[in-house]
Amino acid sequence: MALLATHNLTAHYGDFQALFGVDIEINEAETIAIIGANGAGKTTLMRSISGVLRNAPQMVRLETAEIGSAPADEIMAQGVSMVPEGRKLFPSLTVEENLLIGTYGRKIDGHWTLETIYDLFPILKERRNSPGTALSGGQQQMVAIGRALMSNPRVLLCDEISLGLAPVVIKDIYKSIPKIKAAGASLIVVEQDIGQAMAVADRVYCMMEGRITLSGRPDELSRDDIHNAYFGASH
Amino acid sequence: MIWIDTLVQGVLLGGLYALFAAGLSLVFGIMRLVNLAHGDLIVMGAYLILVLVTLLGLSPFVALLIAMPLMFALGWVLQKFLLNRTLGDDILPPLLVTFGLSIVLQNALLEGFSADSQRLPTDALTTASMSLGPVTVGVMPLLTFASAIVVIVGLNQLFYRTSLGRAFRATSDDAVTASLMGIKPANIFATATGLALVIVAIAALYLGLRANFDPSVGPARLIYAFEAVIIGGLGSLWGTLIGGIFIGVAQTVGAAINPEWQILSGHLAFLAVLLVRPRGLFPRAHD
Repeated sequence: MALLATHNLTAHYGDFQALFGVDIEINEAETIAIIGANGAGKTTLMRSISGVLRNAPQMVRLETAEIGSAPADEIMAQGVSMVPEGRKLFPSLTVEENLLIGTYGRKIDGHWTLETIYDLFPILKERRNSPGTALSGGQQQMVAIGRALMSNPRVLLCDEISLGLAPVVIKDIYKSIPKIKAAGASLIVVEQDIGQAMAVADRVYCMMEGRITLSGRPDELSRDDIHNAYFGASH
Repeated sequence: MIWIDTLVQGVLLGGLYALFAAGLSLVFGIMRLVNLAHGDLIVMGAYLILVLVTLLGLSPFVALLIAMPLMFALGWVLQKFLLNRTLGDDILPPLLVTFGLSIVLQNALLEGFSADSQRLPTDALTTASMSLGPVTVGVMPLLTFASAIVVIVGLNQLFYRTSLGRAFRATSDDAVTASLMGIKPANIFATATGLALVIVAIAALYLGLRANFDPSVGPARLIYAFEAVIIGGLGSLWGTLIGGIFIGVAQTVGAAINPEWQILSGHLAFLAVLLVRPRGLFPRAHD
Protein backbone atom coordinates (compact mmCIF):
# COMPACT_ATOMS: atom_id res chain seq x y z
CA MET A 1 0.00 0.00 0.00
CA ALA A 2 1.19 3.51 -0.85
CA LEU A 3 2.20 5.74 2.03
CA LEU A 4 0.33 8.68 0.54
CA ALA A 5 -1.91 8.80 -2.52
CA THR A 6 -4.37 11.08 -4.26
CA HIS A 7 -7.41 9.59 -5.99
CA ASN A 8 -9.23 11.48 -8.70
CA LEU A 9 -8.23 14.71 -6.96
CA THR A 10 -9.92 17.88 -8.13
CA ALA A 11 -9.45 21.45 -6.89
CA HIS A 12 -11.16 24.73 -7.59
CA TYR A 13 -10.50 28.42 -6.99
CA GLY A 14 -14.04 29.74 -7.11
CA ASP A 15 -15.38 28.82 -10.56
CA PHE A 16 -11.94 28.03 -11.90
CA GLN A 17 -11.01 24.34 -11.84
CA ALA A 18 -7.27 23.92 -11.26
CA LEU A 19 -6.96 20.11 -10.92
CA PHE A 20 -8.78 17.46 -12.96
CA GLY A 21 -8.74 13.96 -11.47
CA VAL A 22 -5.11 13.81 -10.38
CA ASP A 23 -3.80 10.42 -9.21
CA ILE A 24 -0.35 10.18 -7.70
CA GLU A 25 1.17 7.97 -5.05
CA ILE A 26 4.35 7.81 -3.02
CA ASN A 27 5.77 4.86 -1.09
CA GLU A 28 7.87 4.67 2.08
CA ALA A 29 11.36 6.14 1.64
CA GLU A 30 10.63 7.13 -1.95
CA THR A 31 11.24 10.48 -3.64
CA ILE A 32 8.93 11.58 -6.40
CA ALA A 33 9.19 14.72 -8.48
CA ILE A 34 6.27 16.68 -9.88
CA ILE A 35 7.40 18.72 -12.86
CA GLY A 36 5.48 21.09 -15.06
CA ALA A 37 5.39 24.63 -16.38
CA ASN A 38 3.92 27.64 -14.58
CA GLY A 39 0.20 27.18 -14.05
CA ALA A 40 0.30 23.40 -14.49
CA GLY A 41 -1.30 22.88 -11.07
CA LYS A 42 1.77 21.70 -9.12
CA THR A 43 1.38 24.12 -6.23
CA THR A 44 -2.39 23.52 -6.14
CA LEU A 45 -1.63 19.81 -5.80
CA MET A 46 0.72 20.52 -2.87
CA ARG A 47 -1.85 22.78 -1.23
CA SER A 48 -4.48 20.09 -1.62
CA ILE A 49 -2.31 17.38 -0.08
CA SER A 50 -1.18 19.61 2.80
CA GLY A 51 -4.73 20.67 3.71
CA VAL A 52 -4.44 24.35 2.78
CA LEU A 53 -7.10 23.52 0.16
CA ARG A 54 -9.80 21.16 1.43
CA ASN A 55 -11.31 18.39 -0.70
CA ALA A 56 -13.51 15.34 -0.35
CA PRO A 57 -12.02 13.00 2.31
CA GLN A 58 -11.28 10.10 -0.05
CA MET A 59 -9.33 12.23 -2.51
CA VAL A 60 -6.18 12.12 -0.36
CA ARG A 61 -5.12 9.07 1.66
CA LEU A 62 -2.29 8.68 4.14
CA GLU A 63 -2.02 4.87 4.28
CA THR A 64 -5.62 3.93 5.12
CA ALA A 65 -6.67 7.28 6.59
CA GLU A 66 -8.78 9.53 4.37
CA ILE A 67 -7.34 13.01 4.96
CA GLY A 68 -8.64 14.96 1.97
CA SER A 69 -10.95 17.13 4.06
CA ALA A 70 -8.68 17.52 7.08
CA PRO A 71 -7.28 20.98 7.90
CA ALA A 72 -3.57 21.68 7.44
CA ASP A 73 -2.76 21.49 11.16
CA GLU A 74 -4.22 17.97 11.46
CA ILE A 75 -2.45 16.74 8.33
CA MET A 76 0.84 18.11 9.65
CA ALA A 77 0.23 16.34 12.98
CA GLN A 78 -0.15 13.08 11.06
CA GLY A 79 3.29 13.51 9.52
CA VAL A 80 2.90 15.40 6.26
CA SER A 81 5.01 18.54 6.39
CA MET A 82 5.44 21.19 3.71
CA VAL A 83 8.17 23.58 2.57
CA PRO A 84 5.89 26.18 0.97
CA GLU A 85 6.58 28.00 -2.27
CA GLY A 86 8.28 31.31 -1.53
CA ARG A 87 9.68 29.92 1.77
CA LYS A 88 7.18 31.89 3.89
CA LEU A 89 9.40 32.37 6.94
CA PHE A 90 7.82 34.18 9.88
CA PRO A 91 9.30 37.71 9.92
CA SER A 92 8.89 38.23 13.66
CA LEU A 93 10.74 35.02 14.53
CA THR A 94 14.51 34.47 14.59
CA VAL A 95 16.09 31.65 12.58
CA GLU A 96 16.05 29.35 15.61
CA GLU A 97 12.48 30.27 16.49
CA ASN A 98 11.45 29.58 12.89
CA LEU A 99 12.98 26.12 13.26
CA LEU A 100 11.40 25.50 16.68
CA ILE A 101 7.91 26.48 15.50
CA GLY A 102 8.14 23.51 13.14
CA THR A 103 7.55 21.19 16.10
CA TYR A 104 4.45 22.98 17.41
CA GLY A 105 1.92 20.49 16.09
CA ARG A 106 4.04 17.34 16.12
CA LYS A 107 6.63 16.61 18.76
CA ILE A 108 8.14 13.19 18.20
CA ASP A 109 11.62 11.85 18.77
CA GLY A 110 13.41 11.26 15.51
CA HIS A 111 16.53 12.01 13.56
CA TRP A 112 15.79 15.69 13.09
CA THR A 113 16.56 18.03 15.97
CA LEU A 114 18.00 21.54 16.13
CA GLU A 115 21.48 20.01 16.21
CA THR A 116 21.00 17.76 13.18
CA ILE A 117 19.43 20.64 11.24
CA TYR A 118 22.49 22.74 12.09
CA ASP A 119 24.70 19.85 10.93
CA LEU A 120 22.77 19.78 7.64
CA PHE A 121 22.97 23.57 7.18
CA PRO A 122 25.87 24.86 9.34
CA ILE A 123 25.35 28.48 8.31
CA LEU A 124 22.05 28.51 10.17
CA LYS A 125 23.80 27.90 13.49
CA GLU A 126 25.87 31.05 12.94
CA ARG A 127 22.74 33.03 12.09
CA ARG A 128 20.47 31.41 14.71
CA ASN A 129 19.58 34.70 16.42
CA SER A 130 19.04 36.73 13.25
CA PRO A 131 15.51 37.46 12.03
CA GLY A 132 14.66 34.74 9.52
CA THR A 133 13.84 37.22 6.80
CA ALA A 134 17.24 38.98 7.17
CA LEU A 135 18.95 35.98 5.55
CA SER A 136 19.80 35.52 1.88
CA GLY A 137 17.28 33.68 -0.29
CA GLY A 138 19.27 30.45 -0.16
CA GLN A 139 19.67 30.60 3.61
CA GLN A 140 15.97 31.32 3.98
CA GLN A 141 15.26 28.22 1.92
CA MET A 142 17.48 26.23 4.28
CA VAL A 143 15.44 27.54 7.23
CA ALA A 144 12.20 26.60 5.47
CA ILE A 145 13.45 23.06 4.82
CA GLY A 146 14.79 22.75 8.37
CA ARG A 147 11.52 24.04 9.82
CA ALA A 148 9.56 21.38 7.93
CA LEU A 149 12.02 18.66 9.00
CA MET A 150 11.85 19.55 12.70
CA SER A 151 8.58 17.61 13.06
CA ASN A 152 10.30 14.47 11.68
CA PRO A 153 7.67 14.10 8.95
CA ARG A 154 6.83 10.88 7.19
CA VAL A 155 6.24 12.79 3.98
CA LEU A 156 8.02 16.05 3.14
CA LEU A 157 6.42 18.23 0.47
CA CYS A 158 8.94 20.60 -1.18
CA ASP A 159 7.23 23.21 -3.34
CA GLU A 160 9.59 24.92 -5.81
CA ILE A 161 12.59 25.01 -3.50
CA SER A 162 14.81 26.36 -6.29
CA LEU A 163 12.51 29.26 -7.14
CA GLY A 164 14.34 32.59 -7.38
CA LEU A 165 17.72 31.18 -6.30
CA ALA A 166 21.06 31.37 -8.11
CA PRO A 167 22.23 28.09 -9.74
CA VAL A 168 25.10 27.65 -7.30
CA VAL A 169 22.71 28.06 -4.36
CA ILE A 170 20.24 25.61 -5.91
CA LYS A 171 23.04 23.08 -6.15
CA ASP A 172 23.80 23.53 -2.44
CA ILE A 173 20.14 23.13 -1.49
CA TYR A 174 19.77 19.99 -3.58
CA LYS A 175 22.84 18.47 -1.93
CA SER A 176 20.69 18.15 1.22
CA ILE A 177 18.02 16.01 -0.47
CA PRO A 178 19.94 12.68 -0.38
CA LYS A 179 20.69 13.28 3.32
CA ILE A 180 17.01 13.92 4.02
CA LYS A 181 16.11 10.74 2.09
CA ALA A 182 18.71 8.78 4.04
CA ALA A 183 17.12 9.88 7.31
CA GLY A 184 13.92 8.10 6.29
CA ALA A 185 11.42 10.63 4.99
CA SER A 186 9.55 10.26 1.73
CA LEU A 187 9.74 13.36 -0.44
CA ILE A 188 7.51 14.97 -3.00
CA VAL A 189 9.59 17.55 -4.85
CA VAL A 190 7.76 20.04 -7.04
CA GLU A 191 10.06 21.65 -9.60
CA GLN A 192 10.19 23.60 -12.82
CA ASP A 193 13.89 22.72 -13.07
CA ILE A 194 13.61 19.34 -14.79
CA GLY A 195 17.29 18.48 -14.44
CA GLN A 196 17.35 18.91 -10.65
CA ALA A 197 14.10 17.02 -10.24
CA MET A 198 15.18 14.06 -12.40
CA ALA A 199 18.49 13.83 -10.53
CA VAL A 200 16.93 13.25 -7.11
CA ALA A 201 13.66 11.46 -7.94
CA ASP A 202 12.89 7.74 -7.96
CA ARG A 203 9.79 8.48 -10.05
CA VAL A 204 8.54 11.54 -11.92
CA TYR A 205 5.07 12.88 -12.63
CA CYS A 206 4.65 15.57 -15.26
CA MET A 207 1.67 17.92 -15.04
CA MET A 208 0.04 20.18 -17.60
CA GLU A 209 -3.15 22.20 -17.21
CA GLY A 210 -4.19 20.46 -14.01
CA ARG A 211 -3.68 16.90 -15.24
CA ILE A 212 -0.96 14.28 -14.96
CA THR A 213 0.35 13.90 -18.50
CA LEU A 214 3.27 11.53 -17.88
CA SER A 215 4.73 9.38 -15.14
CA GLY A 216 7.57 6.93 -14.78
CA ARG A 217 11.12 6.35 -13.58
CA PRO A 218 13.59 8.99 -14.82
CA ASP A 219 15.55 6.41 -16.80
CA GLU A 220 12.36 5.25 -18.57
CA LEU A 221 11.39 8.68 -19.87
CA SER A 222 12.82 10.07 -23.07
CA ARG A 223 13.56 13.73 -23.61
CA ASP A 224 10.74 13.91 -26.19
CA ASP A 225 8.24 12.26 -23.83
CA ILE A 226 9.00 14.87 -21.19
CA HIS A 227 8.96 17.75 -23.68
CA ASN A 228 5.55 16.68 -24.98
CA ALA A 229 4.14 16.14 -21.48
CA TYR A 230 5.55 19.44 -20.22
CA PHE A 231 4.57 21.74 -23.08
CA GLY A 232 1.97 19.72 -25.01
CA ALA A 233 2.50 17.72 -28.20
CA SER A 234 1.88 20.71 -30.48
CA HIS A 235 5.03 22.56 -29.31
CA MET B 1 8.07 70.48 43.93
CA ILE B 2 4.45 70.49 42.79
CA TRP B 3 5.60 69.72 39.26
CA ILE B 4 7.48 66.62 40.39
CA ASP B 5 4.35 65.51 42.21
CA THR B 6 2.29 66.19 39.08
CA LEU B 7 4.65 64.15 36.93
CA VAL B 8 4.73 61.23 39.39
CA GLN B 9 0.94 61.18 39.66
CA GLY B 10 0.75 61.28 35.86
CA VAL B 11 3.12 58.34 35.48
CA LEU B 12 1.09 56.33 38.00
CA LEU B 13 -2.16 57.23 36.23
CA GLY B 14 -0.48 56.03 33.04
CA GLY B 15 -0.24 52.58 34.61
CA LEU B 16 -4.05 52.40 34.72
CA TYR B 17 -4.30 53.51 31.09
CA ALA B 18 -1.67 50.95 30.12
CA LEU B 19 -3.78 48.26 31.81
CA PHE B 20 -6.83 49.47 29.88
CA ALA B 21 -4.77 49.30 26.69
CA ALA B 22 -2.69 46.13 27.08
CA GLY B 23 -5.53 43.75 26.16
CA LEU B 24 -6.45 45.90 23.17
CA SER B 25 -2.81 45.96 22.06
CA LEU B 26 -2.50 42.17 22.47
CA VAL B 27 -5.58 41.44 20.37
CA PHE B 28 -4.65 43.98 17.70
CA GLY B 29 -1.04 42.80 17.62
CA ILE B 30 -1.97 39.17 17.00
CA MET B 31 -5.04 39.32 14.78
CA ARG B 32 -5.33 42.97 13.66
CA LEU B 33 -8.76 43.03 15.30
CA VAL B 34 -9.92 46.36 16.70
CA ASN B 35 -12.29 45.50 19.52
CA LEU B 36 -14.68 48.42 19.96
CA ALA B 37 -16.29 46.63 22.92
CA HIS B 38 -13.01 46.64 24.88
CA GLY B 39 -14.05 49.48 27.20
CA ASP B 40 -17.43 47.88 27.88
CA LEU B 41 -15.71 44.57 28.64
CA ILE B 42 -13.62 46.42 31.27
CA VAL B 43 -16.82 47.78 32.81
CA MET B 44 -18.41 44.33 32.65
CA GLY B 45 -15.33 42.96 34.45
CA ALA B 46 -15.80 45.57 37.18
CA TYR B 47 -19.44 44.48 37.63
CA LEU B 48 -18.35 40.82 37.71
CA ILE B 49 -15.89 41.59 40.53
CA LEU B 50 -18.58 43.63 42.29
CA VAL B 51 -21.01 40.70 42.11
CA LEU B 52 -18.39 38.30 43.48
CA VAL B 53 -17.52 40.72 46.28
CA THR B 54 -21.18 41.24 47.16
CA LEU B 55 -22.37 37.64 46.89
CA LEU B 56 -19.38 35.86 48.41
CA GLY B 57 -18.18 38.58 50.78
CA LEU B 58 -14.69 38.49 49.27
CA SER B 59 -12.01 41.13 49.08
CA PRO B 60 -11.90 42.63 45.56
CA PHE B 61 -8.39 41.20 45.13
CA VAL B 62 -9.59 37.66 45.94
CA ALA B 63 -12.62 38.18 43.70
CA LEU B 64 -10.20 39.05 40.89
CA LEU B 65 -8.66 35.57 41.19
CA ILE B 66 -12.11 34.09 40.48
CA ALA B 67 -12.94 36.65 37.81
CA MET B 68 -9.77 36.04 35.79
CA PRO B 69 -10.53 32.44 34.67
CA LEU B 70 -14.17 33.39 34.06
CA MET B 71 -13.08 36.28 31.85
CA PHE B 72 -10.59 34.02 30.05
CA ALA B 73 -13.39 31.57 29.27
CA LEU B 74 -15.65 34.39 28.09
CA GLY B 75 -12.93 35.75 25.82
CA TRP B 76 -12.15 32.30 24.41
CA VAL B 77 -15.79 31.59 23.59
CA LEU B 78 -16.38 35.10 22.23
CA GLN B 79 -13.46 34.84 19.84
CA LYS B 80 -13.93 31.22 18.84
CA PHE B 81 -17.64 31.38 18.09
CA LEU B 82 -18.22 35.02 17.14
CA LEU B 83 -15.20 37.17 16.34
CA ASN B 84 -13.27 34.53 14.36
CA ARG B 85 -16.14 34.55 11.88
CA THR B 86 -15.56 38.25 11.22
CA LEU B 87 -11.82 38.04 10.49
CA GLY B 88 -10.64 38.37 6.91
CA ASP B 89 -9.35 40.88 4.41
CA ASP B 90 -12.22 43.29 5.09
CA ILE B 91 -11.72 45.26 8.32
CA LEU B 92 -15.37 46.36 8.49
CA PRO B 93 -17.07 43.17 9.83
CA PRO B 94 -15.07 43.03 13.11
CA LEU B 95 -15.64 46.75 13.65
CA LEU B 96 -19.39 46.40 13.14
CA VAL B 97 -19.71 43.27 15.25
CA THR B 98 -17.68 44.64 18.18
CA PHE B 99 -19.60 47.94 17.95
CA GLY B 100 -22.80 45.90 18.21
CA LEU B 101 -21.34 43.93 21.08
CA SER B 102 -20.52 47.20 22.84
CA ILE B 103 -24.16 48.31 22.60
CA VAL B 104 -25.43 44.92 23.76
CA LEU B 105 -23.08 44.95 26.77
CA GLN B 106 -24.01 48.50 27.79
CA ASN B 107 -27.72 47.72 27.63
CA ALA B 108 -27.36 44.36 29.37
CA LEU B 109 -25.44 46.04 32.22
CA LEU B 110 -28.04 48.81 32.37
CA GLU B 111 -30.79 46.21 32.56
CA GLY B 112 -28.99 44.16 35.19
CA PHE B 113 -27.49 46.86 37.40
CA SER B 114 -29.40 50.09 36.55
CA ALA B 115 -27.69 53.39 35.69
CA ASP B 116 -26.64 53.99 39.31
CA SER B 117 -22.91 54.38 39.67
CA GLN B 118 -21.08 51.75 41.69
CA ARG B 119 -17.72 51.37 43.33
CA LEU B 120 -15.77 48.43 44.63
CA PRO B 121 -15.40 48.49 48.43
CA THR B 122 -12.15 50.02 49.63
CA ASP B 123 -10.17 49.14 52.72
CA ALA B 124 -7.18 50.58 54.58
CA LEU B 125 -4.78 49.36 51.91
CA THR B 126 -6.60 51.02 49.08
CA THR B 127 -6.70 54.39 50.81
CA ALA B 128 -3.17 54.27 52.24
CA SER B 129 -0.37 56.50 51.02
CA MET B 130 3.39 56.58 51.37
CA SER B 131 6.28 58.96 50.88
CA LEU B 132 8.53 58.54 47.88
CA GLY B 133 11.27 61.08 48.43
CA PRO B 134 9.76 64.52 48.04
CA VAL B 135 6.32 63.31 46.98
CA THR B 136 3.53 61.37 48.61
CA VAL B 137 1.79 58.73 46.52
CA GLY B 138 -1.21 56.54 47.11
CA VAL B 139 -0.57 52.85 47.58
CA MET B 140 -3.37 52.02 45.15
CA PRO B 141 -1.94 54.05 42.21
CA LEU B 142 1.45 52.50 42.97
CA LEU B 143 -0.09 49.02 42.97
CA THR B 144 -1.87 49.83 39.71
CA PHE B 145 1.38 50.91 38.07
CA ALA B 146 3.23 47.86 39.42
CA SER B 147 0.45 45.63 38.04
CA ALA B 148 0.83 47.26 34.62
CA ILE B 149 4.57 46.56 34.67
CA VAL B 150 3.96 42.94 35.75
CA VAL B 151 1.37 42.49 32.97
CA ILE B 152 3.67 43.95 30.28
CA VAL B 153 6.71 41.96 31.49
CA GLY B 154 4.58 38.82 31.76
CA LEU B 155 3.21 39.24 28.24
CA ASN B 156 6.70 39.85 26.87
CA GLN B 157 8.00 36.71 28.60
CA LEU B 158 5.06 34.77 27.18
CA PHE B 159 5.65 36.16 23.69
CA TYR B 160 9.41 35.71 23.52
CA ARG B 161 10.15 32.78 25.84
CA THR B 162 7.42 30.21 25.27
CA SER B 163 6.16 27.94 22.53
CA LEU B 164 2.71 29.56 22.79
CA GLY B 165 4.30 32.98 22.31
CA ARG B 166 6.06 31.79 19.16
CA ALA B 167 2.72 30.48 17.92
CA PHE B 168 1.10 33.87 18.67
CA ARG B 169 3.77 35.67 16.63
CA ALA B 170 3.82 33.14 13.80
CA THR B 171 0.02 33.22 13.47
CA SER B 172 0.11 37.02 13.52
CA ASP B 173 2.67 36.97 10.68
CA ASP B 174 0.93 34.43 8.46
CA ALA B 175 -2.00 32.31 9.66
CA VAL B 176 -1.98 29.96 6.64
CA THR B 177 1.70 29.09 6.97
CA ALA B 178 1.23 28.79 10.73
CA SER B 179 -1.38 26.10 10.12
CA LEU B 180 1.30 24.16 8.19
CA MET B 181 3.25 24.09 11.48
CA GLY B 182 0.34 22.33 13.18
CA ILE B 183 -1.01 25.54 14.70
CA LYS B 184 -4.80 26.02 14.80
CA PRO B 185 -5.14 29.77 14.13
CA ALA B 186 -8.76 29.84 15.38
CA ASN B 187 -7.64 28.45 18.76
CA ILE B 188 -4.61 30.75 18.93
CA PHE B 189 -6.87 33.76 18.35
CA ALA B 190 -9.32 32.47 20.98
CA THR B 191 -6.49 32.03 23.49
CA ALA B 192 -5.24 35.56 22.75
CA THR B 193 -8.67 37.07 23.39
CA GLY B 194 -9.02 34.97 26.55
CA LEU B 195 -5.71 36.35 27.74
CA ALA B 196 -6.77 39.89 26.81
CA LEU B 197 -9.86 39.50 28.97
CA VAL B 198 -7.76 38.32 31.91
CA ILE B 199 -5.90 41.65 31.61
CA VAL B 200 -9.26 43.38 31.25
CA ALA B 201 -10.26 41.85 34.61
CA ILE B 202 -7.13 43.30 36.24
CA ALA B 203 -7.86 46.70 34.68
CA ALA B 204 -11.47 46.40 35.88
CA LEU B 205 -10.33 45.84 39.47
CA TYR B 206 -8.33 49.07 39.52
CA LEU B 207 -11.04 50.98 37.66
CA GLY B 208 -13.57 49.91 40.29
CA LEU B 209 -11.29 50.68 43.22
CA ARG B 210 -10.19 54.07 41.89
CA ALA B 211 -13.45 55.58 40.69
CA ASN B 212 -17.17 55.15 40.32
CA PHE B 213 -18.38 53.24 37.30
CA ASP B 214 -21.70 52.73 35.57
CA PRO B 215 -22.75 50.96 32.35
CA SER B 216 -22.05 54.02 30.19
CA VAL B 217 -18.36 54.62 31.03
CA GLY B 218 -16.91 51.93 28.73
CA PRO B 219 -16.46 54.05 25.57
CA ALA B 220 -14.33 56.63 27.42
CA ARG B 221 -12.07 53.82 28.70
CA LEU B 222 -11.85 52.56 25.10
CA ILE B 223 -10.69 56.01 23.92
CA TYR B 224 -7.91 56.14 26.53
CA ALA B 225 -6.88 52.59 25.60
CA PHE B 226 -6.84 53.44 21.88
CA GLU B 227 -4.76 56.51 22.47
CA ALA B 228 -2.21 54.62 24.55
CA VAL B 229 -1.96 51.84 21.95
CA ILE B 230 -1.60 54.24 19.02
CA ILE B 231 0.91 56.50 20.77
CA GLY B 232 3.01 53.46 21.67
CA GLY B 233 2.83 51.98 18.17
CA LEU B 234 0.26 49.40 17.16
CA GLY B 235 1.06 45.99 18.61
CA SER B 236 4.01 47.09 20.79
CA LEU B 237 3.45 46.16 24.45
CA TRP B 238 6.19 48.35 25.95
CA GLY B 239 5.01 51.09 23.59
CA THR B 240 1.54 50.69 25.09
CA LEU B 241 2.95 51.32 28.58
CA ILE B 242 4.81 54.40 27.34
CA GLY B 243 1.62 55.54 25.58
CA GLY B 244 -0.38 55.15 28.78
CA ILE B 245 2.19 57.13 30.74
CA PHE B 246 2.23 59.82 28.05
CA ILE B 247 -1.52 60.32 28.35
CA GLY B 248 -1.45 60.12 32.13
CA VAL B 249 1.26 62.79 32.41
CA ALA B 250 -0.47 65.00 29.83
CA GLN B 251 -3.70 64.78 31.82
CA THR B 252 -2.15 65.58 35.20
CA VAL B 253 -0.10 68.43 33.74
CA GLY B 254 -3.23 69.80 32.05
CA ALA B 255 -5.16 69.47 35.31
CA ALA B 256 -2.38 71.26 37.21
CA ILE B 257 -2.71 74.22 34.83
CA ASN B 258 -6.49 74.20 34.87
CA PRO B 259 -8.62 71.37 36.32
CA GLU B 260 -11.01 71.64 33.37
CA TRP B 261 -8.20 70.83 30.95
CA GLN B 262 -7.39 67.38 32.29
CA ILE B 263 -9.19 65.24 29.69
CA LEU B 264 -8.66 67.68 26.84
CA SER B 265 -4.89 67.88 27.36
CA GLY B 266 -4.63 64.07 27.13
CA HIS B 267 -6.40 64.10 23.78
CA LEU B 268 -4.30 67.05 22.52
CA ALA B 269 -1.11 65.23 23.46
CA PHE B 270 -2.38 62.23 21.50
CA LEU B 271 -3.01 64.41 18.44
CA ALA B 272 0.43 65.98 18.77
CA VAL B 273 2.08 62.55 18.72
CA LEU B 274 0.04 61.54 15.67
CA LEU B 275 1.19 64.67 13.85
CA VAL B 276 4.86 63.97 14.54
CA ARG B 277 4.87 60.13 14.49
CA PRO B 278 1.74 58.89 12.67
CA ARG B 279 2.71 55.22 13.30
CA GLY B 280 3.35 55.81 16.99
CA LEU B 281 6.57 55.92 18.97
CA PHE B 282 7.52 52.23 18.60
CA PRO B 283 5.91 50.82 15.46
CA ARG B 284 6.53 47.15 14.59
CA ALA B 285 9.26 46.97 11.97
CA HIS B 286 7.54 44.53 9.62
CA ASP B 287 4.01 45.97 9.65
